[in-house]
Amino acid sequence: MADATLEHAAVGHGAPGAYEAPLFGAYSKKVGMWLFLASDSLTFGALLFAFSYNRIYTDWPTPFHVASITNATIMTACLLSSSLTMVLGVFAAQRGDRAWTRNWLLATMAFGTAFIVLHGMEWTKLIGEGLALPGFPRPAGAATGELAEVSKNTPQFAATFFGLTAMHMLHVTIGVIYLGVVALRKLFLPILGAIWLAGFLLIPSDNVFHYGIHVLLIGLVLATVILFLKPKDYDAHDVEVSGLYWHFVDLVWMFIFPLVYLMSTRIS
Amino acid sequence: MATPVSVHAHAAPQGFIRKYIFSLDHKVIGIQYFFLALTAVFVGMFLSLLMRIHMIWPTAVLPIVGEIKPEQYLSLLTMHGTIMVFFVLTTAPQGGFGNYVLPIQIGAPDMAFPVLNMLSFWTTFVGFIVIIAAFFVTGGAPLHGWTGYPPLSAVQSAGPGEGLGADLWITSIAIFCIASLMGALNFITTTLDLRAKGMSLMRMPLTVWSWFITAILGLLAFGVLLSAGILLLLDRNMGTSFYVPLINVNGVMMGHKGGSPLLWQHLFWFFGHPEVYIAILPGMGVTSQVLSTFSRKPIFGYKAMVYAMLAIGFFGFMVWGHHMFMSGMSPYSAFAFSILTMCIGVPSAIKTFNWLGTMWKGHIRFDTPMLYAIGFVSLFVSGGLSGPFLAQPVLDIQLHDTYFVVGHFHLIMGVAAIFGIFAATYYWFPKMFGRMMNETWGRIHFFITLAGTYAIFMPMHYLGMAGQTRRYSQFTEVAYQTKLIPLQTFMTYAAIITIAAQFIFVINLFWSMFKGPKASDNPWEATTLEWTTTTPPPHDNFGGVTPVVHHGPYEYGVPGAPRDYVMQNDPATYAAH
Repeated sequence: MADATLEHAAVGHGAPGAYEAPLFGAYSKKVGMWLFLASDSLTFGALLFAFSYNRIYTDWPTPFHVASITNATIMTACLLSSSLTMVLGVFAAQRGDRAWTRNWLLATMAFGTAFIVLHGMEWTKLIGEGLALPGFPRPAGAATGELAEVSKNTPQFAATFFGLTAMHMLHVTIGVIYLGVVALRKLFLPILGAIWLAGFLLIPSDNVFHYGIHVLLIGLVLATVILFLKPKDYDAHDVEVSGLYWHFVDLVWMFIFPLVYLMSTRIS
Repeated sequence: MATPVSVHAHAAPQGFIRKYIFSLDHKVIGIQYFFLALTAVFVGMFLSLLMRIHMIWPTAVLPIVGEIKPEQYLSLLTMHGTIMVFFVLTTAPQGGFGNYVLPIQIGAPDMAFPVLNMLSFWTTFVGFIVIIAAFFVTGGAPLHGWTGYPPLSAVQSAGPGEGLGADLWITSIAIFCIASLMGALNFITTTLDLRAKGMSLMRMPLTVWSWFITAILGLLAFGVLLSAGILLLLDRNMGTSFYVPLINVNGVMMGHKGGSPLLWQHLFWFFGHPEVYIAILPGMGVTSQVLSTFSRKPIFGYKAMVYAMLAIGFFGFMVWGHHMFMSGMSPYSAFAFSILTMCIGVPSAIKTFNWLGTMWKGHIRFDTPMLYAIGFVSLFVSGGLSGPFLAQPVLDIQLHDTYFVVGHFHLIMGVAAIFGIFAATYYWFPKMFGRMMNETWGRIHFFITLAGTYAIFMPMHYLGMAGQTRRYSQFTEVAYQTKLIPLQTFMTYAAIITIAAQFIFVINLFWSMFKGPKASDNPWEATTLEWTTTTPPPHDNFGGVTPVVHHGPYEYGVPGAPRDYVMQNDPATYAAH
């Protein structure tokens, strides 16, 4: 579509001034992203409702200890820092500083990746200690500790924990891929492919992330299609829109962290 | 900071595939949605025919399908409901006509996000294929009704269709949710950002308002259904227990524990009630447009109509509990839900009053679109009046699992919305295909369909009050219900006639598409922007210019004007308004 001749032959619509002023002074992509976030917040809202509903009607266990909370706090710090670097990236884009836009976006992606890796290690640890869904792949010789008891007596605990955090982890992963496409464009595709392949080969096959890493493959295919269908340059607006998404993902974590982690901790 | 309107320039495509299949043009996508819904409505109608035949002649051996077993009746019921609600009532008025007409009516060259628009159609198409596939897998289609209540829907071994068939059903709905989100987002952005100069919010045709409000409802409701569906899939395939308590199926203890089927009911109806308005609001918009055009009068109470639709949308999110009166809900909650539900009667009555006021002393032209719009008002009143009955918890507990509810929602949500779709089809067909539909056959189709739908659905109210239970596949085994079989037989004959009459519509549609008389640019002498452009409109709708709007949408019979209508883009001002 962006072929020069086609562009030239294109009907010249969308000229500024031909339309009523947008209702909130916002350009279409920004409105679109806000609307998506409104819808997505209801998707998360429904999951949090399911969590609260189960929590109210069940004698809820509190098996998390200092180690989990420390880890989750570091993850929270990563996400909060990533919001700061994202804001700096948007500012850089708005003043037209391409190099720093890319640097700040890469920093944001680094924090996001750190969050995913920490989260993945924590999942692996919890599954190893026996926290599991009945139909989940279980590692050989999973422990029979407190978390195994919890999984047996209160299946809702593991179900809501994995359901909520998996949905959020998926959103963070999509966010990192999104930012990668905005920051690096086609250069990002081989990097993403390499990470997927490395993850698939290096993560042992009894670990859920051996299969979960395929999210990156799906992201790679979609990103490739998008980049080849619409090979345009990204401007400050695109960076700002990606920033909206990223801050939303952070905001969701600020609900999940207290609800899922802090309220399930035993203070002794 | 400068905030330019999104600039999306795409050329008119050349090749067949880019022009008619993977098209970015909202007009082509609208027609694609229309034909998808047309296919779906015939599938859904065929299923209902099988159901009606099975109820009266339970042992009949039919050609191709053979003898229908009771559990297959439940599959038919599930698939009829799901296909009709999602792939007809949600797809045709919003995806079809909304897509085709909304950008033209606000003076935009296309939707704000054409690629997203194409994706949303093809995603819907995949969803349709997936749900049809449920018929052909081992065990067949699911049994749990379109509402998919657990534990039946959440346990694989609960019935013959609850294996792969139910998984496909949920997957299809999840796909449909994503498609609807993309569509809704596009509609809202387009309405907010791409209105031509002078098209202020209070100059938008009521059709645009209705699609806009419908899109807001869809945006907020489908996200919740998506979550509910994901949790249901987890319950079915990962062994979680969000919706399933300790349960024993055919003497076998399931591994589930501690969940609550009520959680599904809350999540489902938080989506499900707005979904009812997603189906009916576009019909209201079309009816307003058509009544005003064919009465040659401005719509009575334009602002009241807009606020009434906004109020209906707003209350739509607060009344989901009235579907759950049977669940042992606290009487205090039931009271609150009951009051809020009856509040919806107020804006609905305002709309009905205004429709009648629009026709009052108008120079009415009884063309087919007008007949269908009047039919819509009639069905809206008939179906709506049983609403306040069902809003009473005490009455609802008596009537909920009877044919009374079936009659209620078929009249108001099913057939009224379908009449809206028919009105829209007859009204915009000249613009979409460049030819007129046959008037005589249109009228014959209308009168058979109107009489037929009343003959099918009115008796259901009496059946319900007499205690006939819904979802039963046959009535021969229960003594007091056998006495009602003659009425059911009458309804089945009425259904056969009504369904046969729909072939008049299809033949008229396809015949007129190729052989009908050529349509002028403005055959109905209407005022809105789609009638200012050529028939059918060029690729960018207005041939490279963006129209400028000077008038409200329904200026008929303006004193001093040369004709009895003033087009929205007419630059002249007339003294008397």
